[in-house]
Amino acid sequence: MTDVAASGSLPKPKRDLLPVLLPAILALAMLPLIGSGSSWVTLTVASLAMGMMIFIMASGLTLVFGLMDVLNFGHGAFISVGAYIATLVLLPLTASVQADSLLTNLAVLAPAAVLSMAVSGALGLVVERVLILPVYGQHLKQILMTTGGLIVAEQALYALWGPQIIPLPLPTSLRGSFIVGDVAIAKYRLLAMLVGLTVFCGIQLVLNRTKIGLLIRAGVENREMVEALGYRIRRLFLGVFMVGSGLAGLGGVMWALYREQVHASMGNDLTVLVFIVVIIGGLGSIGGCFIGALLVAMVANYGGFLVPKLALVSNILLMVAILMWRPRGLYAVTSR
Amino acid sequence: MSELLELAGVHTHVGRYHILQGIDFGVAAGQTTMLLGRNGAGKTSTLRTIMGLWQASAGRISLDGKRIENSATPDIARLGVGYVPETMAVFSDLTVKENLVLAARDGPLDDARLEWIFGFFPALRRFWLSRAGALSGGQKQMLSIARAIVEERRLLLIDEPTKGLAPAIVVALIECLAEIKRRGATILMVEQNFHAARELGDKVLVMDNGKIVHRGEMAALAADGGLQERLLGLSLETHQ
Repeated sequence: MTDVAASGSLPKPKRDLLPVLLPAILALAMLPLIGSGSSWVTLTVASLAMGMMIFIMASGLTLVFGLMDVLNFGHGAFISVGAYIATLVLLPLTASVQADSLLTNLAVLAPAAVLSMAVSGALGLVVERVLILPVYGQHLKQILMTTGGLIVAEQALYALWGPQIIPLPLPTSLRGSFIVGDVAIAKYRLLAMLVGLTVFCGIQLVLNRTKIGLLIRAGVENREMVEALGYRIRRLFLGVFMVGSGLAGLGGVMWALYREQVHASMGNDLTVLVFIVVIIGGLGSIGGCFIGALLVAMVANYGGFLVPKLALVSNILLMVAILMWRPRGLYAVTSR
Repeated sequence: MSELLELAGVHTHVGRYHILQGIDFGVAAGQTTMLLGRNGAGKTSTLRTIMGLWQASAGRISLDGKRIENSATPDIARLGVGYVPETMAVFSDLTVKENLVLAARDGPLDDARLEWIFGFFPALRRFWLSRAGALSGGQKQMLSIARAIVEERRLLLIDEPTKGLAPAIVVALIECLAEIKRRGATILMVEQNFHAARELGDKVLVMDNGKIVHRGEMAALAADGGLQERLLGLSLETHQ
């Protein structure tokens, strides 16, 4: 293909870097307020890890909204289902989970995560076909259908697993912290950051380096024109919905291990948080979702440390502040 | 000459509005048919209905003998119909290159064809790696047309390509469309600019209130000021 080299003298669009710098600015601004350097590092690492896990859960939702214009209030169901499916692998294999070997631990964690993603993705297929398909383009009905779906999923989990909270201990080699000087960095948080970054880079790679990614980006902007170019966007919708559901399942596993427990309402509890992240980020923007997740986690952690009473409303306050500054979110993508 | 596209008794409803009210016409292969009429006459709706973006509520639409009135938009596009919407609808977050890569549905971009397109639209070569959203209105229109012709298409549906463009760009665009026409393309084009319509059209259809109210040779309409004034409210002197 002709790769006609350089761009001409077209004025380059301004790179909007301020949102990217926000997490760093916030972290640095908190340093003098927190006082202790070690506490600041611990809180910052905790924020990054929590932010990455929220990002994994929210990334699918932002793509689903951006591309499909679907308000999926049932997204939390995939989070819960993912966590419960992980227990099917991790609880019977307690010996491997408790083994003092990182490789053995990862050998059970990886299939648990893959199975959770596969089941959540398959559930996504069913939900899209049964609940979403009849109500494309009808937001109110989407909210009713998906909220109903979330309630049904939650009750189904209660019926299958019972009402009790299921403990899900962290694998032995992921317990504890690395001690660097007087700073303690939890091992699991590092793993969460690694997984979150991998998911982020993977999504960016697909969106920016593949034709499917081009189609998704184009579809977020103008679905009708993508169809007029001859692409069956419904199939793309379905694929994105399944991947988004699968990622929510992965996020559910990560979150359950982070909390070391699984319960049926965890998805419901996280739904508001995930929606706040998607709204802050700019509906449909993966980059915005990533930054939004980090900001939400930072405000929760720093706020909880400095003004514990503020922790309950910190996310809402953050959302209000961001939307007053940028009413369409940090990086608005869709024209909606 | 055989008709590539045929519409018979086509009605379109959008919500409770009855937009197209039984239109019949054909577009002959290799010819350029201009669709003229006042704002709100149903021209854009006609193109959208052919493209499957709005579903015809009655009537028959055939492309080369194959019925398409119930086909989905992607299937109609895959039959070889290129569409340039009134809004241009370039993907502003994608580069010029990425817009064309997406439009080249059947494989990688063809170098020779790309050079042919760059011959009309040198700006697209210059801004190849720039975001389409940063292009000027005229350049976006060029990209929108380039997207429709980046692969061979049997029929081009073009909606008001000169709308809102500077006169110099309109001249360049007319030259480009004339060249596309010389290469044997079949075009159905909505146009408000009568000068452009006269330059490019072989046949003309005039719409009013969702109906075809006139059909004939473009040259005949261009030569008849009275007819223009009656059909389009045009004064010939202002469009010389």
